[in-house]
Amino acid sequence: MSDFTVSSSLRRRLGARIWSSRIDYLFLVPGMLIFGAFILYPIFAAEYFSLLNWSGFDANAKFVGLANYVELLRDPFFWNAFGRSFLFTLSTVPAQMIISLIIAIILNNKLLKLSALFRTMIFLPVVTPVAVIGIVMTIMLSPFNGPINMAILDIGLLSRPLDFLGDPDLVLWTLAAIYVWKWVGVTMVYWLAALQTVPAELYEACKLDGVKGWQVTLYVIMPMIMPFAIVIALISAISALNVFPLIMSMTQGGPYFASEVMEVYIFRYAFATAGAIPRLGYASAAGVFFGLAIMSLTILQVLAVRHLRNREKPHAA
Amino acid sequence: MPHDARVAIRQPALTPRMRRVLVSVVLAAVCAVWIYPLLWMVSASLKDNAAIFANEGLIPGRPTFENYVRAWKEANIGSYFFNTVFVTVGSVLLVTIASSMMGYVLGRRRFVGRGLIFALIAFTIFVPQGYTIIPIFDLLTRIGLGQSLWGVMLATCGGSFVIFVLLFAGYFSQIPNELEEAAKMDGVSFVKTFWYVMLPLARPIVVTVVVMQTLYAWNDFLLPLVVTLANPSIRTLSVGVYAFRGENFIDWGGMTAASTISILPVVVLFLFLQRYFIDGLAGAVKG
Repeated sequence: MSDFTVSSSLRRRLGARIWSSRIDYLFLVPGMLIFGAFILYPIFAAEYFSLLNWSGFDANAKFVGLANYVELLRDPFFWNAFGRSFLFTLSTVPAQMIISLIIAIILNNKLLKLSALFRTMIFLPVVTPVAVIGIVMTIMLSPFNGPINMAILDIGLLSRPLDFLGDPDLVLWTLAAIYVWKWVGVTMVYWLAALQTVPAELYEACKLDGVKGWQVTLYVIMPMIMPFAIVIALISAISALNVFPLIMSMTQGGPYFASEVMEVYIFRYAFATAGAIPRLGYASAAGVFFGLAIMSLTILQVLAVRHLRNREKPHAA
Repeated sequence: MPHDARVAIRQPALTPRMRRVLVSVVLAAVCAVWIYPLLWMVSASLKDNAAIFANEGLIPGRPTFENYVRAWKEANIGSYFFNTVFVTVGSVLLVTIASSMMGYVLGRRRFVGRGLIFALIAFTIFVPQGYTIIPIFDLLTRIGLGQSLWGVMLATCGGSFVIFVLLFAGYFSQIPNELEEAAKMDGVSFVKTFWYVMLPLARPIVVTVVVMQTLYAWNDFLLPLVVTLANPSIRTLSVGVYAFRGENFIDWGGMTAASTISILPVVVLFLFLQRYFIDGLAGAVKG
């Protein structure tokens, strides 16, 4: 038998396999259309766009190679925004996870009445659109007559009102606190879901063995829900890196760029150009650089987790 | 009985009942702080601007609905509301159908290219919106949806799509084969088996996906902002409220009224669905 017939019979068998699962491919069509058009294609298109000098969606684009990247890496505002995105994520995710875990453990107590009511109240900021939160919080934090500053002054904590959103040293932390306040409800629900996977018999066993209160939580429940912690941390991190709406609706990156994160930087160059010429290629380069940084960090983290698990195995065996 | 006496000494003051009350009180205090900004918003929406600036406390002295009238008329809340409902309902329907079908074949069937699709999904899961927004807007412009609600609705489907597919795939792969085989023996078609047997079994995930996509679509800001920059009449609520703020920054009463209107529907929806949502998520993480 020649090579040709082997390969052609292989090909025929492959063809037959593909044809026999045609109904599966048909089922994939709607999903692949969404996935292809709005997730996959944009990821690859962004790389191409980043090589262009391009000033508008109807204007001609000129190929400029890596010029955008060279300029980008030299721009101190870019590095500030880049670092600030990660600083924001690193400061909000742990706070959000710990606060929501404590609330979830308390709410998970079967004896607690009104648990659903408390849960709903914590969840309300989540269902409140960010633009609304931006308005309400801007008013509440206003240094002129804002209720929070009035309360601080009334108690006598400070003699002067704090300019939470106008002070460059304060603004990012104010936004981080609001961000945590808004999203704690979501991580709380994830933790509650994780806690539901702990079998009831385990609590019974603890009772019989005389393990009590916080000890049950710390030594029995925590190790059981730790696998979920990794997933929750990842989802929270994705969302924190996408903090654009909150910052856009409160400070637009100001004052003096003190709260400009990556997506605000991208938006400033691509769309929000009062009078200036939009630079879509340059903005794409910023997006691509940011995306690649996140991807490499994620891969590193996955590798680290796998490494740790592999090291644990011999002990378990 | 000496044994009982010792127990009584070791655990004195707090009976379980008292501990429960104590925890409830602390929790109530936390929740009060938590919803204070939203209570303040509702309260301010019922006051005139003078009363808001005077900081007169949460209960309005002379409640008025004037702000709501003004917000509804000037801020176009009514039409923004229907735009948002269109985007939300449309994307929820599309996303739920598409992600359940895709998750079903990925989770249960074997075919050429399955591994490749999984690899692509893993590769795209962490991509931030800022990375893709320019190509998405460019694509919408090219297919003539650059300034249309249909464009917003379609592109909103991409938001958490891969996570939904993974949720469905994981859940479907856990379901035992017997049901599917029994349906096959009875001569039920593939499509009908999916629709009448498998999809109802995956109800926890369906609820989770519906709630998560509703929240996402109702909240989404960057995409509708970009698409509606040149066409204010198709703004969604979050963009409309944001623009109203820019135009009327001094009108705190009007802004809080517009804000209150825009959160009511999701709050009501969540109140009805929250039980299912948390059970659904629990089912999802178990699967």
